[in-house]
Order: sequence, then structure tokens, then C-alpha cells
Amino acid sequence: MSGHANDHHSHGSVKSYVIGLILSIVLTIIPFGAVMTGAFDTGATLILIVGTAVAQVLVQLVLFMHMNTKADEGWNFMSFVFTVAILVLVIGGSLWIMYHLHHNMMIG
Amino acid sequence: MATDTLNQQGHASGHDHDHDHDHHDAAGTKVFGFWVYLMSDLVIFGSLFATYAVLLRGTADGPTPGEIFELPFILVETFLLLFSSFTYGMAVLAMNANQTQKVLKWLGITFLLGAAFVGMEIYEFAHLIHIGYGPDRSGFLSAFFTLVGTHGLHVTFGLIWILVMLIQVKQRGLDDMVRPRIMCLSLFWHFLDIVWICVFSFVYLMGVL
Repeated sequence: MSGHANDHHSHGSVKSYVIGLILSIVLTIIPFGAVMTGAFDTGATLILIVGTAVAQVLVQLVLFMHMNTKADEGWNFMSFVFTVAILVLVIGGSLWIMYHLHHNMMIG
Repeated sequence: MATDTLNQQGHASGHDHDHDHDHHDAAGTKVFGFWVYLMSDLVIFGSLFATYAVLLRGTADGPTPGEIFELPFILVETFLLLFSSFTYGMAVLAMNANQTQKVLKWLGITFLLGAAFVGMEIYEFAHLIHIGYGPDRSGFLSAFFTLVGTHGLHVTFGLIWILVMLIQVKQRGLDDMVRPRIMCLSLFWHFLDIVWICVFSFVYLMGVL
């Protein structure tokens, strides 16, 4: 269960927190700079914002919250995957339905 | 995850592993239960994000997101919360090393950073309401205040929790009652920073775009 095998990367160290902090700062500055300077067109900036946000969420999940597939026999990870599936349904479904509603009612 | 941190702590203090197994499992179950709560909280935030996305264009001739968001101000808020997430990590490392004074110091710093974040958010909200752009102005502003306000409320409760832990660590030391609570609070605090990344990206950055 607890296992010595993953002791070195499952509970964090000063090093892993510092790496997480630096990566988070970089992944915050990049989209902020892109939006403030308007260096890219809107489509590219959108992709950049989504990409850096997802990357930073993953960085913090792994390096700050120490999520992995082994702790608690994988139940942490499985419950997270389940929740993400729910989120995709709720957010994606809402946007999909409302987009078509606006489109069909010709109000958007 | 966090369970391993507790297990590792057992090794560090030199206890026999099998002997400690029972209470580590109990502590691990507690932390896992809290993780499940966080997942349900994530669904709440997910619905609020969906609501915001749907109401985004409903400005009712009021201000659009781009007109009211001050990105440099929001960037400072983002960094306050990010650094507080880091300092809480330092508090957990200090706990694993059984350094009570350091735990208190890092928890104190985390509290100050979190309080500064909440202070800035209250200022932003008060300013918007003052210039007539309160939650009653439009569907967009209702959704905005609900989403960001719910996050701010969570951070406020996190601050109260940090205060309680400061008192408990001082009174009880780092005992088996206090340790799982600090681990749960660490998950809560990191979780709120992760939610804020999404608020910063999808509400503020995309709003100004």
C-alpha cells in the first residue's frame, strides 16, 4: 500500500515545491503577456490560454497535491477522473445546448 | 498522495511500520474522505463555470468583461494565492520533519498571503458595486459575482481554518489529531489555487481578449 518504491516522488520535497512554483509562475506569465501585448491573433491566444491553464493545473495536481495513480490503491486518481468526466458533461453539455438554443432562436 | 505523506512521517519518526499501520490507515481514510469532498466541491465550481459561460454574453447593455477587468490587479491576486500555496507546502514539509515552530511560521505566512488575496478581491467587488456594476446589473455580472464570490468565500473559510490550526498546533503540538487536519487543509488550500487558475484563465484573461 504505502510502498517505499514511490517514497521519493509521492510526498514532495523542497525541490519539487520550488519546481512547481517556478513552472506555475512561468505558465501564468506566458498567457498574461500574450493577452496584454496582443502579440498573437485571438485564436492563437485562446489556445495559448487554455493550454497553459491545463498545464498549470496538472503541475499543481502532481507537484503540490501529489496526485498519482498509486496512492490509496488508485482511488484518489479514479475519483478525480470520474469528476473530470462529470465536469466535461456539465460544462460541455451546457455550452453545446445553449449555443444551439441561441442559434435556433436567432438571438445570438 | 497525502496518505503517503502521513505514512512517510511514520517512517521518519522511527516507528515500526506494522505497529503504526492501523492509525495511518485511519488518517489516510480521513484524508481520502476529504479528497472525495473536494471532488464534489469541484462539481459545484464546474456548474458555476458553466453558468458563467452561458451568461457571458448577457450583458443587458451593461459593461462587457473587457471593460471592467484590470488584469495587472488580478495578476497580483494570482501571485498572492500561488505563493500562499507554496508556503503551505513548506508548512507540510516542516510538519513531516516535526518542526513545530516552522509549521507555525509557514502557516502564518500562508494566512497573511491569503488574507491579502481576500482583501484585494473585496476591494475589486466593492469598487464594481460602487460604480453601479453590481451583481444586479446583468446576467453576466450575476454569474461573475457568484463564481468569483464562491471562490473568495472558500478562501475565507480556509483562512479561518488556518487560524484554528495555528491555535491547535500551538496547544497540542503535532499530534495524531492535528496532522491529518493539516493534510486536509493542505489539499483544500492547493485545490483553491487550482480553481483560481481556471478563474484567472477562463474569466479574466479570456474576458479581456
